[in-house]
Amino acid sequence: MQKMYSKTSRTEHVNKNMVPKEETIKFLLDYSKALSVIDYNKLKFEALLN
Amino acid sequence: MIENKSTDAQLVSAYIKGDECAISELITRHKQRIYSFIYSKVYDRDVTEDIFQDTFIKVIKTLKKGAYNEEGKFIPWVMRISHNLVIDHFRKNNRMPKFENNSDFNIFSVLCDGSLNAEKKMIKGQVESDLRRLIQELPEDQKEVLLMRVYKEMSFKDISEQTGVSINTALGRMRYALINLRKVIDKHNIVLTN
Repeated sequence: MQKMYSKTSRTEHVNKNMVPKEETIKFLLDYSKALSVIDYNKLKFEALLN
Repeated sequence: MIENKSTDAQLVSAYIKGDECAISELITRHKQRIYSFIYSKVYDRDVTEDIFQDTFIKVIKTLKKGAYNEEGKFIPWVMRISHNLVIDHFRKNNRMPKFENNSDFNIFSVLCDGSLNAEKKMIKGQVESDLRRLIQELPEDQKEVLLMRVYKEMSFKDISEQTGVSINTALGRMRYALINLRKVIDKHNIVLTN
């Protein structure tokens, strides 16, 4: 039977093990814990707590 | 404690109320899909990390500000944010294209900075100064024509009108000025090069 040589579709190649780094996730979670939104006089202020 | 089978809407609601575990669950649940989507557009892992991070920073800020309207469309909303950030990335790159050097080709082999470095600037200044001193040695009429032609960028027509001689005479004086300069330079073995 004739072999069919075809390129692997890009999306198949892309989906393999495509996850962000642990450091990125950790940063986002730390950022979320540190971020505080303060309401004052109809204004919202973002503050990063240490 | 969040149950594993909470919907996205429930997790968002819990997060807005202050449960930080909820955002962790949301990111874990959807990270692969969003990351893959971004990578499928930019094909660069570093850029994908940045856009992924920026996407969720926007998500976190919007949720914490209470600016998110829950309509059961959390993941489409996040995908839209990442999509827009991908577009921003391409727009920025079009304004300032990036070129990465590798072992096969270095862009600096075809690009160069035409401006003189400090040493060459000094040499140029010295050469110009030496030349000005040599010009002072020329006969007055030749010096006058040369200064008008080279330093004042006047046409020979204008030079002849100003000096009251014919154009041919002005041309001749310029020619002799250059011949005499070369003679003086050769006679004294002066080096006027950069």
